[in-house]
Amino acid sequence: MPAVTETREAVEKLGQSTYKWGFETDIQMDLAPKGLNEDIVRLISARKNEPEWLLEWRLTAFRKWQSMKEPTWAKVSYPPIDYQDAHYYAAPRKKEGPKSLDEVDPELLKTYEKLGIPLHEQALLAGVELPEGETARPPVAVDAVFDSVSVVTTFRKTLEEAGVIFCPISEAVQEHPELVRKYLGSVVPVADNFYAALNSAVFTDGSFVYVPKGVRCPMELSTYFRINARNTGQFERTLIVVEDGASVSYLEGCTAPMRDENQLHAAVVELVAMEDASIKYSTVQNWYPGDSEGRGGIYNFVTKRGACRGARSKISWTQVETGSAITWKYPSCILQGDGSVGEFYSVAVTNNCQQADTGTKMIHIGRNTRSTIIAKTISAGRSDSTYRGLVRVQPKASGARNFTQCDSLLIGDECGAHTVPYIESRNMAARIEHEATTSKISEDQLFYCRQRGLSEEDAVGLIVNGFCRDVLKELPMEFAVEAQKLLQISLEGSVG
Amino acid sequence: MSQFLEISGLCARIDADGQEKQILRGVDLTIPPGEVHAIMGPNGCGKSTLSYVLAGREDYEVTAGSVTFKGQDLLAMEPEERAAAGLFLAFQSPIELPGVNNANFLRTAVNAVRRARGLEELDAVAFLKMAREAAKSLSMAPDMLKRNVNVGFSGGEKKRNEVLQMTLLQPSFAILDETDSGLDVDALRIVAEGVNRLRSPDFSALVITHHQKLLDYLVPDRIHVMAKGRIILSGGPELAKRIDQEGYTKFLAEAA
Repeated sequence: MPAVTETREAVEKLGQSTYKWGFETDIQMDLAPKGLNEDIVRLISARKNEPEWLLEWRLTAFRKWQSMKEPTWAKVSYPPIDYQDAHYYAAPRKKEGPKSLDEVDPELLKTYEKLGIPLHEQALLAGVELPEGETARPPVAVDAVFDSVSVVTTFRKTLEEAGVIFCPISEAVQEHPELVRKYLGSVVPVADNFYAALNSAVFTDGSFVYVPKGVRCPMELSTYFRINARNTGQFERTLIVVEDGASVSYLEGCTAPMRDENQLHAAVVELVAMEDASIKYSTVQNWYPGDSEGRGGIYNFVTKRGACRGARSKISWTQVETGSAITWKYPSCILQGDGSVGEFYSVAVTNNCQQADTGTKMIHIGRNTRSTIIAKTISAGRSDSTYRGLVRVQPKASGARNFTQCDSLLIGDECGAHTVPYIESRNMAARIEHEATTSKISEDQLFYCRQRGLSEEDAVGLIVNGFCRDVLKELPMEFAVEAQKLLQISLEGSVG
Repeated sequence: MSQFLEISGLCARIDADGQEKQILRGVDLTIPPGEVHAIMGPNGCGKSTLSYVLAGREDYEVTAGSVTFKGQDLLAMEPEERAAAGLFLAFQSPIELPGVNNANFLRTAVNAVRRARGLEELDAVAFLKMAREAAKSLSMAPDMLKRNVNVGFSGGEKKRNEVLQMTLLQPSFAILDETDSGLDVDALRIVAEGVNRLRSPDFSALVITHHQKLLDYLVPDRIHVMAKGRIILSGGPELAKRIDQEGYTKFLAEAA
């Protein structure tokens, strides 16, 4: 019955049309066989030409992972994942690593062009090809990771001159093994949790950043992740080390094609900030969220943690989470150095059937450590969103201070928002504040905006962006604009 | 030839806590272009409901009657379409929009309306220049444009902000719902001057008020007295003075 099929297709299109990054790229792939065992771990390590210590490190992680259980404490539900039913290595087929953009598969470059990622540093440097109405922007160095492999990293020369290392982690293993060996797993140990152990065993690529003493990184660094292949998981590993008095701002973005199967993304990010160092880590997470009926979408199970090792060091996480079918993510700060500062600014948007359980951990160990948590949760459709956060003050953390603010905004009456703050203070002199609000977009607000000529969707976009302002203003300028648009797109069709 | 705004036999009700409540019971009102009309009447007679129904608030159900605005069926239009067609409602209690910058809100609104009217959108610089001038003419502090929409505004500031929006959106028909309430004498004069500046053969207004004072400044062409969901009496500006002196009770008795 063609009419019925047509109707179904039309309806499906409606449900998916809001995700405009859902295209697929046809590229020759080098795929490992499905399944996960020691041989696969060895194969990955061999493909990457890794030293013996790293293979051992992976195998330790794999053995620990086998004895671990998937965590179930988060407020998310999904059918059991068959970890043997996925490919753990997928790389665009190529002869040698590309030396320049000219050697990169043109299909790949087209993909990144579609995504609007500036890989053509030459053009950018020359200041040409700027969209109308925009003035020259400061350049952003990009590491593009396609499925499991870093395809290109831009501006490496400029960065090298400043002494900054920015390269795929697989390359860092070859070129700077002493640095990688010293810091890899030092913030997130191999057996930290189920997904981190899995990542440690099978991670294939990711970015490595090293900023030496006293250097302010001359430009924003950015990694763009793209899952393309079917039935693959993506396990990238990012390691950022910033030495005494140095600083860096790092951006991370991600998208995936629309598929009706679920795909696993289990990344690990480790940050190390030494004395007086500062790291600003911003994420705009836009993995495919599944369709309006909850089919497909990425399972985003990510471990992100930063260690403020030196005195007065600072780590700031800013995240805008709009994608993924399920988000399980708690970017955290270990505030070890005296007077160190941890910040977490988060906007999590869920629509349709998305589920998000996200928040942060602030562990105060050093004296006079400070942390700020601003979490904004927006739920629409039949989605469910939870803020889960831990503030822990250790006995020696005298003068520790924390301020937490959790605000939830509900759109419609079928969604849920939950706030689960854990506070553990072992020091009487610590000061911990927690504020929380829950609100709905009121009919009054919508009507007021519409009376002024705004469409209902523009009105929702405006109100939601207002609600998130405290977080959005923490994002680097260019990302903030992208994030604002994304918020609006994510909530399309959520009212009326 | 249809009039500028023609309301005939308008009936509307609201569902309040599960109970249907009839509020408008056959309103007839015609406003020609270029005229300012005032509606007076005791609390609960349906004045604010009339303004909401004209602006398109969905909580109210229109059960009978019609409204034509510049030849169009107003009741068939979405609220934003009515705004684009030139209708503006100055709210009795302006709504707060936390985190939304006032200038950004105004510019988004102005450009939405300009787009719908087939005009070119204003860039940030041109808009800010226009907004600052308008704010100044209403004696508003310059930082009002930077603050969040109506958040932390005093009652008077909120009302001025409504008049500022009206000035920038350039409506052809404005409804002012008790824009004078809660204003001191100086503020009242400034707000009234703001409305008077818009007066032209292409601008009409419906002013809902309890006070003679505003009408002294605005000098309406017609005054209507509303009671129990109907217009029961219409007349010239002198009617307002009589109400001010004698109260509503006498009129209501006469009408009954």
